[in-house]
Parts: sequence; C-alpha cells; structure tokens
Amino acid sequence: MKDKPFAITLDVGSSLANKTGSWRVERPVYVDRLSPCNHACPAGEDIQGWLYRAEEGDYEGAWSVLVETNPFPAVMGRACFRPCEAACNRSGVDEAVGINAIERFLGDQAIDQGWEVPVPGPATGHRVLVVGSGPAGLSAAYHLCRLGHEVEIHEAAPMPGGMLRYGIPAYRLPRRVVDAEIERITAMGVTLVTGSPITDASSVMAGDGFDAAFVAVGAQRGRDAEIPAGDAARVVDAVLLLHGLEEGRRPGLGRRVVVYGGGDTAMDVARTAERLGATDTVVVYRRTRDRMPAHDEEVDDALAEGVRMRWLSTVARAEGGRLVLEHMDLDDEGLPRPTGELEELEADSLVLALGQDADLSLLDDLSGVRTSGGTVEVDPDQMTGCSGVFAGGDVTGGERTITGAVGEGRRAAASIDAFMDGRAPTRPLDRPLAAADRLNLWYFEDAPRMLRPRLEAARRRTNFDEVVGGLGADEALFEARRCMSCGNCFECDNCFGVCPDNAVIKLGPGKRYRFDLDYCKGCGICVQECPCGAIDLIPEPR
Amino acid sequence: MTAEPRSRVRFYQVGSFAVGNRLVGSDQRNAQSDPGRANSLTSGHRACEGCGEALGARYVLDAAMRATGGRLVAVNATGCLEVFSTPYPETSWRVAWMHSLFGNAPAVASGVAAALRVKGRSDVRVVGQAGDGGAVDIGLGCLSGLFERNDDVLFVCYDNQAYMNTGVQRSGATPPGARTATTEAVGPAPGNGFGQGKDMALIAMAHEIPYVATATVGDLFDLETKVERAMSMQGARYLHVLVPCPLGWAAAPRDTIRLARLAQQTGIFPVIEAEGGGVTGVSKIRHRVPVEEYLRLQGRYAHLFDAGGAVAAPEVVAGLQAIADRNIERYGLLGDEPDKEES
Ligand SMILES: Cc1cc2nc3c(=O)[nH]c(=O)nc-3n(C[C@H](O)[C@H](O)[C@H](O)COP(=O)(O)OP(=O)(O)OC[C@H]3O[C@@H](n4cnc5c(N)ncnc54)[C@H](O)[C@@H]3O)c2cc1C
Ligand SMILES: Cc1ncc(C[n+]2csc(CCOP(=O)(O)OP(=O)(O)O)c2C)c(N)n1
Ligand code: SF4
Ligand SMILES: [Mg+2]
Repeated sequence: MKDKPFAITLDVGSSLANKTGSWRVERPVYVDRLSPCNHACPAGEDIQGWLYRAEEGDYEGAWSVLVETNPFPAVMGRACFRPCEAACNRSGVDEAVGINAIERFLGDQAIDQGWEVPVPGPATGHRVLVVGSGPAGLSAAYHLCRLGHEVEIHEAAPMPGGMLRYGIPAYRLPRRVVDAEIERITAMGVTLVTGSPITDASSVMAGDGFDAAFVAVGAQRGRDAEIPAGDAARVVDAVLLLHGLEEGRRPGLGRRVVVYGGGDTAMDVARTAERLGATDTVVVYRRTRDRMPAHDEEVDDALAEGVRMRWLSTVARAEGGRLVLEHMDLDDEGLPRPTGELEELEADSLVLALGQDADLSLLDDLSGVRTSGGTVEVDPDQMTGCSGVFAGGDVTGGERTITGAVGEGRRAAASIDAFMDGRAPTRPLDRPLAAADRLNLWYFEDAPRMLRPRLEAARRRTNFDEVVGGLGADEALFEARRCMSCGNCFECDNCFGVCPDNAVIKLGPGKRYRFDLDYCKGCGICVQECPCGAIDLIPEPR
Repeated sequence: MTAEPRSRVRFYQVGSFAVGNRLVGSDQRNAQSDPGRANSLTSGHRACEGCGEALGARYVLDAAMRATGGRLVAVNATGCLEVFSTPYPETSWRVAWMHSLFGNAPAVASGVAAALRVKGRSDVRVVGQAGDGGAVDIGLGCLSGLFERNDDVLFVCYDNQAYMNTGVQRSGATPPGARTATTEAVGPAPGNGFGQGKDMALIAMAHEIPYVATATVGDLFDLETKVERAMSMQGARYLHVLVPCPLGWAAAPRDTIRLARLAQQTGIFPVIEAEGGGVTGVSKIRHRVPVEEYLRLQGRYAHLFDAGGAVAAPEVVAGLQAIADRNIERYGLLGDEPDKEES
C-alpha cells in the first residue's frame, strides 16, 4: 500500500480484465453467401469472385477465376443472354452491374495478351470420347483435359464450334474470337477430329477403347411447318441458311424476305437477310411481342436495322412471289387462335425459323438410352440411361443457350471423372443466397452503368462487322467497382470500425477479420452494417 | 501534426461511406480502419451492448489522437461514459483521462488547458466530454464560460437525449414526444412536451466561437473530418454528436448506427458545421425519409403507434415531422451531396 500514490489503494487495472463476451446471447459469424449473379449463372461462374479481382485491376487474376469454370469469356461476353444481370442486386440501387461487358473485356484482354489456362493435371490414362464440338462438347473436353484425361472430340462439320460458328452470325460473334478460344482448348492437348460424323456411338466407344462418352451433338435439324407451298415458292430453313453462309454459300433470298418464327434464330436470320441485300424483311409471328421467345435486345436491334414485325399472324400458304397470312387472336390463356381472316403478302422467299430438333440416330445401338420429345434424357449428373454415356447441351433440351451448354459440359466432366474413378459424383452444396434484403444498400453510392458503344444502324447494312463494341480499361474498371460483392466480404473495414467493443480483429489484406469473442457482446451492429451481408447473427451455442 | 482536410474518394463500390476500403490508400481511409488506431476506449468497458456513446467516444478520441500524435488529455463529466469506463480500479481509457464532477467538466477542461499553457506545452491538446445532461443542463454555465473565454478546448457532447446513467430521466436535449422515466407516455400529451429543450449547437454558435459542429455515429467519415478540422484550430470548439442509446431509446442494439443515420436522413437531427457563429457546411440528405420510419424503431415512441402499427397520435408525429421539415428548410438539407460538384 505504501508504494501507491496518494488516495490509491488498488493497482490500476485495464478493463481488458473484464471479459464482456460472457454477456452474449447471440454471436456474429462471418459467412460466404451465394451472390445472386453466381446463383443465376447456368455455367456456374464465380462472377462475384472474378469481379473482386477485376476491381483491383488484376485482370489476369480475374480471368483465371473465370476460366476455372468457363473457357469462353470472350464468347460469353458477346453472346450470353446475361441471366446474371437480370438477377443482380445492384438494380435495387441504380442499374445492374454490366457483368457481360466486363467479361468481354477480360476475354479480349486474354486473347490480346495471350494469357494461358492452367496446365492439365497428371495423366490418368482414361480416355473419353466427345461427340460434337459445340460449347457443350468443348466445355466438357476442357474440364476433362484439366483433370488429366485424354479427350478425343469428333465433329461432323469441317470446323469446330457448333452454333458458335454455324449459327450465331458474325456481326454478333466475330469468328476470330471463336477461333482464339477454341485454339486455347486444343492447345491443351485435346484431340479434335473434324469432318468426322459419328453415326454409331456404341461401336466407336468399343472399337477405340473409350472409358466414357459425352454426347453433345446439339439440335441441328430445323423444324418444318408443313406449309402448303406451290412449286415456285422459295422456302428455306434458317439453320441451313446460316450454316451455308458460314461455308461461303450465299442464299438467293431476293429483296422481299419473310422470316417465320419469333425466337432469336428468327431475329438473326432476319438481320442476316438485311445484310445480304434484302430491302423488305418481315418477321411473321403468331403471338405478340411480349410473348416472343426472342430476347428484347435482339428484337430491338432487328427493328433498328429496319426489320418489320407482323404479330398475331401465321403463314397459311406459300406461292411464288407471295404468301398468304392468317390473322390470329389470343384466347383467355394467351394461346393464339386462328380467325380465318386471310391476307396476302408479297415475298420472294420464306425462311423458316421455328426451332431445331436433334438427330439422335447415333444413339440407336446404345442400350438403355431414353429419349423424350426428340431429346435425350439425362440424370442430374448428365448421364443417359446407358452407363458411361453422358449427354448435355441442346441435345438434352433444357436451356438452349451457350451458357447452359457450357455448364452442362462442365457438370458432365465432373461426373465422368467420378464415373471413371468408380466414385459417386459430388455436387457442390449451394450456399444460401445473398438476397438484396441482407445488404445494407446505404453504403453504395449511385453510379451510372457504363454502356458499350454500338455501330450506328445505318452502318450495319452491307457488312457483318461487329455491332457491339467493347469497354475500355477505365470503363471496365469503373464497372467492376460497381459490384457490391453480395454475400462475400470485400474488406471494407466496416465491421472493424463499427464495433463499440473493439471486438473485431483485422487480420490484414486478403485475410479478412476475426471476432474476439472475449469481448463481443453480440449487439449485432456489425451484422446490420455489413454492406454486403456477409455476417450472420446466430444464437450463442451453449 | 495537423491533419490535411480529406476529400471524398469517388469510389463507387461503396461510395465513401464504409469505414475503409481495400482499394484506396490508407491516407484516404477513416482512422477507424487502421489496425494501429489508438482504441482510446478499449474493450472490457461495461457499456450496454450496442452503445452509441462508447462508439462515439472512441471515434472522436481516436481521430483526435491521430490529429495530435497522441498528445491529448481528456476530461470527462459524470455520466454513463465515465461510469461504464472506470469502475475502480479498472479503466478502459488509453488516453490521459480525468474525471471530476457531473457539472464541472468544461471548467476542469479550461483549467487543464490553462495549466498546459503555463507549462508551455502548446503541443498537448485538451478534449472535454460530457453527456447531454452534463453539457446542455448542469454544465451549461461552465461551458458557456469556456466558450466566452475562448479557452483552447474541444468540448464534445455525446447526446443520447436523456440522463441515461441514472435511469433515463428527461434532459434539456430530450426530443418532444419521447417517453422517459420523467415524461411518461400518459395523458393527453404523452411523453416529453413540445416547445421545450435546448439546441446546444445554436447556443454555442451564439458565442461566435471558432468552430461548432454536429455529427452522428452514423457517418464516420463526416465525424472524423470534423474532429480533424476542430483539432487544426485553436480556441473554443464544440462538437455535438448524436449517440443512440439502445436502453434509453428502447431500440434494438443492432440499430444504433441505423438510427443515427435515420436521424440525419429524416432531418430531425441536422448535421452542420459553423465557424465564428455562421453556418459553413451542412450534410445533405441523400435519401429523404419520413420521421415515422425513425420513430417506429424506438420503444420510447411506441405510444405514437397502436398495436397494429398504425399511427395512434397523428398530431405528435406531425409535430415531429414539422421539426424535421423546419431543419431541412433552415439549413437547406436537400439537394445534391456537397461533393458531387467536385468531380
Ligand atoms: C442462330 C442461333 C443463334 C443463337 N444465339 C445464341 C445466343 O446469342 N446466345 C446463346 O446463349 N445461345 C444462342 N443460341 C443457342 C446456342 O447456340 C446453343 O444453345 C448452343 O450452341 C448449344 O451447344 P451444343 O454444344 O449443345 O450444340 P451445338 O452448338 O449445336 O454443337 C453441336 C455440334 O455437334 C456436331 N454434331 C452433330 N451431330 C454430330 C455427329 N453425329 N457426329 C459428330 N458431330 C456432330 C455439330 O456439327 C455441332 O458442331 C443460338 C442458336 C442459334 C441457332
Ligand atoms: C450534481 C450531481 N447531480 C446528479 C448526479 C447524478 N448523475 C450522475 S450521471 C447523471 C446523468 C448523466 O446524464 P448525461 O450527462 O446525459 O449522460 P449519460 O449518462 O446520458 O451519458 C446524473 C443525474 C451527479 N453525479 N451529480
Ligand atoms: S452487385 Fe456484384 S455480386 Fe451482387 S449480383 Fe451484381 S454483380 Fe453479382
Ligand atoms: Mg445523456
């Protein structure tokens, strides 16, 4: 006592001795939730993850995360229908993040800079046959190759790519982009045999000693409408037309072209007709615009380029130089009904764009394969009824998008890998969603979205130049930084700052934070104030 | 060390509103994002969970410590902040800290400043701190004297709008309509009355001292900037910080910062800055919110709503909205953010 200063009887102590964590009835825990963009991506991309890198200006790092799942960033960044953007939480602040534009920027950078995908893992000695080199086949081949398997793709057409090359017109998807991203896959060591249609999968598998097969032959046959047509009528199939064009055959369509159908293929073929010199292109569709399967942007572009639309009409007859259309109306359920009212329309040719079916004859000799509605049935692991034979992409119906095809190819690769190893395939558990109501949107300032430049409509008419341009580096960086990192910590220090009890420990760049449960009273301010909803408050375990 | 005034970084991922940001240099982040921050008020203090006052005190003192390079003396009035931080013999303070009485903190701070002047220690600066009771009510005479003498003290009031430490009695800063232990929610005009109370920032401004500012724990960037600004000046300076109190306001502990933000976004608590008695800056309202949204989160206003959530006392709610509207009008709180024109 006598060493102590005046009026002091006890040693001065720090309140650190007082472990206020014992008061707690709830505790915060850091979580990684599934961002809505990732949730919506049929290819299974970790969009939030690659945007996180892109925000730092680490474009190659971002691209590496991207190609972990999808080997086609430059293709996707042009032709994907962007379900991620439709789901993006940022639309609750101002507008969705321009994910697709950034993806394209990364894809183009990779091509320009020659960035390389990771080298394949050690050889397993397993051999896999892939039938078809569309996005589904190539995606499966890419992932199988990375797992160390030997892959042989057989492709009927002279060039690889499926609809990337023979369907989607070059003004939307330049062929140098398709070539560059396919070359990266073949350079990994995937064997690609073009001009090699497989007619009997079972004999090829047995004969060449494959351990498994992935059937990704797409849907190549245009549907026929069985329209009564006079001898002089010129009726052309959209898919064949686009395919032929790619091989240098210009279809003689004339000046007045009618396209029958309301999907994206109809839009593509109508816009193609305009570029080939048609002066009057009309799309005839039996329902109304809001019921059209074609994506809005495609319809807008077609209209901008001078294509006209005839809603609520069907083609009743085709004759030389003219068509007979029948008006429809919609019943209470929105289904089109013939009215009997007829009208003539002058037309030099009629292009049918009514959807495609798959040719499944190559599977005839495989026992157990089930088909329905012209598509192959597969289980959730992409396996057909025949053990060791997997399928994906348009041949199995489903999405009918590139992104869906890439995702199914990837899932099939994982399943095939497990199958050849004698394991049951494991599918990653879906993390709970980072819905908008978990975010604290106050922290995000309004920032208008960066728009990609577009070729003026008048300058699109006589060529197949790419219509949509790319973002520059500054714009891409700005756009990437609009991402709110939904459900995943982005080290904004907010939890570290707002804790009244200093119970958050900052672990340093890239290492995030840790709660100091000795002092955390469980008030939940960090949970409430986390901008991206990456903290849960859970009952204190007893 | 005088702090450079910082400009808001135009960084769109989180605007500039989060505490830090991995993508900007540390000089552009708040003091609170620094793992080496002073933690002037350290862990183990006995404030209730979600205490706004504990948070506000650390925010203010850490910023002042950064601005003075750690050469700082804090003088504290009686009140929650003093009681929860220093149950003898423990202390949570990691700054030279002194407590005397409920009503005399401004006078003690003046004395410390005078002593430092006599000792020639112009490098050591003084911060006085008190609750609203200590500053607005019992300490007002000393505080006015401090202002009038222009003593070199930054005096900070942590306003939780009642005498919280002794059990939530009404103070001169308690808003109309609020229930406290002494303004119960009974009778024809339940809760605190209208037309009473004191606007301490305006009282301080009337002294024409060098610097007066209001702030909340809901906008850290603004708060730190104001502390830095204040520490770059000499003479009497006053900072009035709104610090929601989960216990006294009967609100969820997790809503402390949210309530502070809503107080500003409704206009019920104007966030302003004044030099020499004239307003020099206001924090604009980014997303205007009706006061009802702010009131609903607080049990001290529960009597204004019925069990189904409908407004039960429309005149009181309208009266509070009128106060917010008057603030918005008086200080021009709507419009673009002030920094929007910069870039
Ligand atoms: C005009 C058009 C535009 C489109 N636009 C878009 C778009 O913008 N965005 C989008 O996401 N989707 C679009 N799609 C859909 C998309 O192209 C397909 O969903 C996707 O290509 C399907 O991929 P896949 O690999 O399953 O089939 P495909 O791309 O059709 O590839 C199948 C491949 O298998 C080959 N093959 C077929 N049979 C055999 C056989 N027996 N032996 C060997 N090889 C065989 C084919 O030659 C072809 O190369 C469009 C489709 C069309 C027709
Ligand atoms: C002269 C005197 N009267 C009354 C008290 C009892 N007392 C201690 S703290 C306090 C209220 C403090 O209120 P405020 O200043 O608003 O601080 P808060 O606790 O709300 O943070 C009172 C009345 C006292 N300590 N001294
Ligand atoms: S803000 Fe970012 S993480 Fe959230 S949905 Fe949009 S792109 Fe994905
Ligand atoms: Mg008080």
